Amino acid sequence: MSTPDALAVPPSSAGRQSGGRGPGDAAPSRPLSLSYGAVLLPLVVGAVFLLIWDLAVRLSGSTLFPKPFDVALGIIELVEQGLLFKYVVASLFRVTWGFTLAVLVGVPFGLLLGWFRRVQEAFNPMIQALRPISPIAWIPLAILWFGVSDAAPVFLIFLASVFPIAVSTMAAVQGVQMVHLRAAQNFGLTQFQLFRWVIVPATLPQIVTGLRIALGIAWLVVVAAEMIAVNSGLGYLIIDARNAGKRYDLVVAGMTLIGVIGWLLDLLMRQVERFPAVRWAYGARHE
Amino acid sequence: MNELSGPGRPANPSVQAAVVASDLGLTFPGKRAGEEVRVLKRIDIDVRPGEFVCLVGPSGCGKTTLLNLLAGFQKASRGEVLVQGEPVHGPDRRRIYIFQEGGVFPWLTVGENVAFGLRRKTEMERQRIVQHYVDMVGLTGFERVYPRQLSGGMRQRVELARALAADPAILYMDEPFGALDYFTRFKMRADLVRIWQQERKTILFVTHDIDEAVQLADRIVVLSPRPASVQAMVAVDLPRPRDANLPAYLHTRDRILGIMGMDLWSDKATRSDDASTNEGHQRQGSLTHSLAERSGPGHTETQG
Ligand SMILES: Nc1ncnc2c1ncn2[C@@H]1O[C@H](COP(=O)(O)OP(=O)(O)OP(=O)(O)O)[C@@H](O)[C@H]1O
Ligand SMILES: [Mg+2]
Repeated sequence: MSTPDALAVPPSSAGRQSGGRGPGDAAPSRPLSLSYGAVLLPLVVGAVFLLIWDLAVRLSGSTLFPKPFDVALGIIELVEQGLLFKYVVASLFRVTWGFTLAVLVGVPFGLLLGWFRRVQEAFNPMIQALRPISPIAWIPLAILWFGVSDAAPVFLIFLASVFPIAVSTMAAVQGVQMVHLRAAQNFGLTQFQLFRWVIVPATLPQIVTGLRIALGIAWLVVVAAEMIAVNSGLGYLIIDARNAGKRYDLVVAGMTLIGVIGWLLDLLMRQVERFPAVRWAYGARHE
Repeated sequence: MNELSGPGRPANPSVQAAVVASDLGLTFPGKRAGEEVRVLKRIDIDVRPGEFVCLVGPSGCGKTTLLNLLAGFQKASRGEVLVQGEPVHGPDRRRIYIFQEGGVFPWLTVGENVAFGLRRKTEMERQRIVQHYVDMVGLTGFERVYPRQLSGGMRQRVELARALAADPAILYMDEPFGALDYFTRFKMRADLVRIWQQERKTILFVTHDIDEAVQLADRIVVLSPRPASVQAMVAVDLPRPRDANLPAYLHTRDRILGIMGMDLWSDKATRSDDASTNEGHQRQGSLTHSLAERSGPGHTETQG
């Protein structure tokens, strides 16, 4: 009797229906706000910041603290000496290894913790006790075990990021809704299929968010570790520039590089959040 | 299909009852002794293949619990459930449960949701079936859309299509339209009846809305307050689509209200603070009138 198309369709979905486009195409108003809000305003803020910095150094008459221009020269000097590229690669290399190992261990471990109550009960107290120990506190042990080598910072980065990854993955699995588990079981899925087709896709967005936070922590830790445990990398650059001749222009140059690279790493992780398998959980913007 | 028995042909599964619950009871264990919650006292139900049965009962009486037992999501403390002659030990793709809310997978598109139970089919088959049921529930054109971009009613349609695509013999529906607005519910009911007539599934449908039950059901099972038992079975022998103005319709509805102890106007009308309803009969008339108004023209005939 009734025609199936006379639906309670929200007015906004009419366009989606006809276009047959992907589900999350960018909202039309974004490019405009991008040029003004997202580019111009931050540039203005940055310029003002540099100006104040420059003026403050000039007015104080400090000879040790560098002006923005000195820092820029410092960066150029590092490029010319071939140190910048070498140190950046060294730091990224350690973060990549430490973080990758943490993902390989932390995600499966977190899935087990979330899925099997016994595993969670057994391991949770230990995890909660290990988690508050700052990675910095592990530096002496790392040097004792691994000496002055890449392995020491890799180990520290692993330690610092594996717990946040495992815990956020665990929480994601525990948050999977009963109604979804039941609905899936109803279609006769095996335990493995349930894991593959429900647990993994349902938890992926939260896991990715956990990874993003963990990568931020990893980047913080590599710098700290390099200040003590090795002879290369951006952390080493900072401490070395301070110790060998009070080159504060190079100190701030190193800090600047750390900040910019950390920011780029976060942007990279944000790109992961744009995949459809992850984006479904961040829907609010489209509505 | 309706002959009761042929010589030498016992227990033909197609004639067999679709769902039988016998002496079903459930008590939740409490935290301490003496705190256990007895939810189902004694349930006996017998559903024929292709029948549309509605379960009604007061809130918290155990309707969801009962449906969970029938579907195999939960174990009974007593009694047993037979589906097509087989005892139920767990969920099964031949009987699909449709949840009140949120049963659709938000990480899958509409099309992927509907295809969820079709993993064993070939790609071609899968596409054909998905399109068939997406069209049937009226979501043509929304195949690539994610559930969060749909209205609540449309999400329930997705879940219905996903269930139908798996070709189960039985659908369990737990207040599937309970969270929808009045107009959407109205549409959903009409569409569900159309689909049921096309697909000939057995449907067990929980609702607390008696109008909904009378609109939909071949038979209405009225449950008592907790601990629930079957208080009455009411056959609704009215042609579909059902005219909510017909005296027979209203009679059925009032009978169920009466069974559930909600026939306020027949014995407690003097308590009323409504000036126009001092008399029981008059009150019934005005209620009928308001119902008819909602359902469109022709309401005057129901007054007689
Ligand atoms: N796991 C449980 N443990 C203890 N008691 C429970 C549990 N699940 C449900 N109950 C109790 O069982 C009773 C029936 O619950 P159920 O959800 O089946 O009722 P319902 O008829 O579906 O209610 P509604 O109409 O509100 O949906 C409720 O009183 C509830 O408190
Ligand atoms: Mg319920």
